[in-house]
Amino acid sequence: MSAALRTIALEKRFGGLVATNKVDFTLEHGARHALIGPNGAGKTTFVNLLTGVLPATAGQVLLDGEDVTRLSQQRRARRGLGRTFQINQLFPAMTPVESVGLAVSERMGGGADFWRSLGARRDIIGEVLDLLERFRLIDVMDHPTARLAYGKQRLLELAVALAGNPRVLLLDEPAAGVPEAERRELLDTLAALPSDVSILLIEHDMDLVFSFADRITVLVNGTHFAEGTPGDVMKDPRVREVYLGEEEHA
Amino acid sequence: MSTRTAFSPGTVPLRGAAPTDLQARALRDLGRTGRWRPAEALFWLAALASFFFLPDQHLLLTEVVILGLFALSLDLVLGYAGIVSLGHGAFFGLGAYVAGLVSIHLTGEPLTGLLLGGLAAGVLGFATAPLLLLRASDLTRLMVTLGIAMLLYEAANKAAWLTGGADGLQGVWIDPLFGRFEFDLFGTTAYGYALAVTFLLFLIARRIVTSPYGLSLRAIRDNALRANTIGVPVGRRLVAIYTLSALYAGIAGALLAQTTMFVSLDVLAFHRSADVLLVLVLGGVGYLYGGLIGAIVFKLLQDVFSTITPEYWMFWIGLVLVVIVLIGRDRINAAPLALWHRIRGGAK
Repeated sequence: MSAALRTIALEKRFGGLVATNKVDFTLEHGARHALIGPNGAGKTTFVNLLTGVLPATAGQVLLDGEDVTRLSQQRRARRGLGRTFQINQLFPAMTPVESVGLAVSERMGGGADFWRSLGARRDIIGEVLDLLERFRLIDVMDHPTARLAYGKQRLLELAVALAGNPRVLLLDEPAAGVPEAERRELLDTLAALPSDVSILLIEHDMDLVFSFADRITVLVNGTHFAEGTPGDVMKDPRVREVYLGEEEHA
Repeated sequence: MSTRTAFSPGTVPLRGAAPTDLQARALRDLGRTGRWRPAEALFWLAALASFFFLPDQHLLLTEVVILGLFALSLDLVLGYAGIVSLGHGAFFGLGAYVAGLVSIHLTGEPLTGLLLGGLAAGVLGFATAPLLLLRASDLTRLMVTLGIAMLLYEAANKAAWLTGGADGLQGVWIDPLFGRFEFDLFGTTAYGYALAVTFLLFLIARRIVTSPYGLSLRAIRDNALRANTIGVPVGRRLVAIYTLSALYAGIAGALLAQTTMFVSLDVLAFHRSADVLLVLVLGGVGYLYGGLIGAIVFKLLQDVFSTITPEYWMFWIGLVLVVIVLIGRDRINAAPLALWHRIRGGAK
């Protein structure tokens, strides 16, 4: 069985700068995998290559064994690659019901329907409410997104991504900027994400990484530097030196 | 074991009173934009009343309604999809010329000319829409739309054998509507015709902007990047709305050609594109009525100011525009409501 997501010698150059250096990476089915690395290690570039924001210079991205290297973001999304963003990418003027409703209807192929209102699709409503309930957005479901508390907006990030029913989900620093009071709620919903969704977590926050991930990959200077269980990685002296050590000194 | 099942529809127990309330609340929110408000009914009743009770104003009202439809077409792309344009007059002018030419060379039957005028503009919209997607910045879009309108203007100017060039299109003649209602000197048929067409197109537009497709447009306008990542084919959706908008503008142009029975280069002039943008900003973008209300306000202001200062009315329109944009529409719209609350608060 092929891995949920795989890269083969994936490479990205910006002129002379090698941002991603022939990375071989495997995300297993149902994985809780974290990608860590010091600032400037190329984590964001790597995610952008996976999702199709940036075209790769060389190498391949395989989604469930299928080569998606040349597909657009939107095509990859339709094939089950979901993501959330480090900085909220939401629809400020829309409500959570509308945002999640849109994502569900797009997944079901009803997004081009220009005649019936979304409210007429009873099948969608049930699923929308389910997602809003899971992500604790029921109370604010009909408030404009721009007016939601930051923690709620982070939850909406997740709800919108999950509405696409992704097989693979990339979480880009999901807890970034969330105030302490709202953090618990976010971590709980992260832990409750469906176990058959394969998740790659890109994160700075080591507490979150160690509580969430069962496997860790360390990226340094765009290169696949180390990989293993959280225990292994923590013990790896090379990792401690370039990454964890650096944090301690910082 | 999979927890995925927990995410499938209907697993939040939808029994008892509370969940049904939730469903109702969600439905209410989704239907929010689609529900008819009393003010809307009032608006259209007033329009209907104007037909019966303002017979001396039919010529002016026809101009207003055509300008309103034209601005509505711009609202579809600007207000709902966030595409700016300085060349929407190209579609208006093309629709006008096609409707005029149809009456000369094909048939004087008004609905045929209207439809062909709209279709021609729609085709031009469809053909040029991809140019707006290549580099999706506002400045590029302004320049591309402006450029296309200029190209069309010069093409119509040069092709004098077809368009009459600077002299305008001679011999436009429109047969009675449905073979019964002649286009009279007082503009009564013209106004009824323009009003009915505009109302019908408004209804269709209203339905479209409240559909899932319309919702996806709002999502694109709000955040195209995220729309992309949830699988919205952004490019295709934008081409579709741009085409529809061009078709609407073409029909507005065709209405002008048919109701005035004259087409000149003026329909393709730059001021058409500028005026329609001004009208829409006056009335407010993104709620469909902005174009219609803006057209009324624009014509009223034009009327008032040109009576006071026949030569400088544009000065005053310009001043109003600057004030409205600087104060911000939200605050202007909120002012009566705030005043109402203050009065009620004071009464308590």
